[in-house]
Amino acid sequence: MKILVGYKRVVDYNVRIQVKPDGSGVVTDGVKLSPNPFDDIALEEALRLRDKGIATEVVVATIAPADAQPHLRNGLAMGANRAIHVVADGPVQPLTAARALLKLVEKEQPQLVLLGKQAIDDDANQTGQMLATLWGRPQATFASKLEVAGDKATVTREVDAGLETLEVDLPAVVTTDLRLNEPRFIKLPDIMKAKSKPLETIPFADLAVESGDHLTTGRHAPPPKRSKGVMVKDVAELVSALRAKGLV
Amino acid sequence: MTKILIVAEHLDGKLNSATARCVACAQAIAGAEIHVAVLADAPDAVAAQAAQLAGVAKVLSVANPANAHPIAQVLAPQVAKLAAGYTHVFGPSTTFGKDLMPCVAALLGVAQVSDVMAVDGAYAFKRPIYAGNAIVDVTAPEGQTVVATVRTASWPAVGTGGSAAVEAASVDAALPTHTRFVGLQQGKSDRPDLQSAPKVVSGGRAVGSAEGFKVIYSLADKLGAAVGASRAAVDAGYVPNELQVGQTGKIIAPELYIAVGISGAIQHLTGIKDAGTIVAINKDPEAPIFEIADFGLVGDLFTLLPDLEAAL
Ligand SMILES: Cc1cc2nc3c(=O)[nH]c(=O)nc-3n(C[C@H](O)[C@H](O)[C@H](O)COP(=O)(O)OP(=O)(O)OC[C@H]3O[C@@H](n4cnc5c(N)ncnc54)[C@H](O)[C@@H]3O)c2cc1C
Ligand SMILES: Nc1ncnc2c1ncn2[C@@H]1O[C@H](COP(=O)(O)O)[C@@H](O)[C@H]1O
Repeated sequence: MKILVGYKRVVDYNVRIQVKPDGSGVVTDGVKLSPNPFDDIALEEALRLRDKGIATEVVVATIAPADAQPHLRNGLAMGANRAIHVVADGPVQPLTAARALLKLVEKEQPQLVLLGKQAIDDDANQTGQMLATLWGRPQATFASKLEVAGDKATVTREVDAGLETLEVDLPAVVTTDLRLNEPRFIKLPDIMKAKSKPLETIPFADLAVESGDHLTTGRHAPPPKRSKGVMVKDVAELVSALRAKGLV
Repeated sequence: MTKILIVAEHLDGKLNSATARCVACAQAIAGAEIHVAVLADAPDAVAAQAAQLAGVAKVLSVANPANAHPIAQVLAPQVAKLAAGYTHVFGPSTTFGKDLMPCVAALLGVAQVSDVMAVDGAYAFKRPIYAGNAIVDVTAPEGQTVVATVRTASWPAVGTGGSAAVEAASVDAALPTHTRFVGLQQGKSDRPDLQSAPKVVSGGRAVGSAEGFKVIYSLADKLGAAVGASRAAVDAGYVPNELQVGQTGKIIAPELYIAVGISGAIQHLTGIKDAGTIVAINKDPEAPIFEIADFGLVGDLFTLLPDLEAAL
């Protein structure tokens, strides 16, 4: 069984994002970029399925500008067999990403597609659902447990009410939540090995994806700031402050 | 004319308050006629509740045994069919809406606006990106259906008092059988619901164990508050996942939020930015949570919490 993993490069989750003074976007120059944390979890899950002998091949895919090659090498160093780099000039919106991933799905015929539940830059939380819909296949979003047996997968999902379990026929799209696993660390020799693993580049235009992005983004603004309040010296002072506000 | 269809969220025959928050968002679009769609195996009770929401003009009730559980790929083709004749289709940005609405958007071939926090016009919205560290203006193309999820913490729930007509709608859509509901393990608790409670007490890694969380539960009970947690506390298994507050957990806006032994990572703060009053209790005076807390108290939670409870 082949697994396709969506592997997006985003601003590292530790970076405190700044909005550009002219509101045209956020500052990304010189900012650390990393794999989307949910995509690292997706890749880890795929590798574990390969370790168990359930999967035979793990392919990481990204739609990103040309300078994203080291990012894909990172996925190969973590253990993916192959990488596909769809080279696009700028960022693509989720519907376009889903349409592009569908083209890769048609080409690669994976039994399982693992994506993150959300990319922590746009926080859209859409691509997996859109891909499953366009593909006409099942989706199980926000997975915290995944079991594959034969042509079915059983997925536990983190939903607002608790934990929901679904059974889906394969092929299917599964999106990962934080508690699915803890991604492994990359070892130095694997970085060397990754250099010789296959990395295919496809110009975005070659995929003939239906045209463009749909939402126009305008001004960016910093969020309203909460001002620092007061430090109280003890419980009594806290309680009287809360009483004064009618909160207790 | 602006006609907005809201997909109702419900569980065990009860309408979720997230739906009433979507109505408030829809009302922010001038002159909108607002309808609510209830998809269920037996939708009558939920449809009746939706009909009472202030501002709702009509409720479409879709009965189908296949709708007994909210399976996105089963609901989406029905919602996409119902969407004909509407300019907008809204759902809440809860796990239900996040799962479903992008499927509806994909079927309609349109983009989705996620997490609408403000409305600037029928096609112009504000939404948070980068864990809420930037707010961006987005415009959806006119002449296409706008599919959006509503950031529930940004909107108050509309009240009741409405009396919309309930109409049974039959939807002719092929429904897949490739996805089957196996079960739902619900955190059963008679405490207030985290997403709608006016008061929340949250514990972090510092609480140290499931046993340790007793002090959090006890204070919450005294206050009539819901209980929340940081990701670290959930990951460590002290409390179940549905209590996680933050970027990837629940985004909440209680009147009072008490963070106990939580450092204040950006991903956590994203979830509480809209809270009325934030209280932080932490033994580290440098903890980032104090930067946004209205009232900060430095000290050991295990001594302070019992004192606080006793003083209330
Ligand atoms: C993609 C991604 C998504 C994430 N999403 C979320 C999310 O949704 N929600 C979330 O919460 N986190 C999320 N995180 C994790 C986040 O970055 C932090 O790791 C997490 O919030 C830390 O939890 P904490 O504050 O409980 O633990 P810590 O950061 O370890 O803080 C513990 C605090 O307790 C204090 N303390 C220790 N002992 C005591 C005592 N006896 N009395 C009083 N205070 C004490 C310490 O001073 C410290 O400040 C996410 C991370 C990533 C990468
Ligand atoms: N440009 C992209 N390249 C690769 N994967 C992507 C891309 N955009 C989205 N994805 C996948 O879709 C998931 C959800 O993204 P989003 O819908 O943008 O929140 C991500 O975690 C990735 O797995």
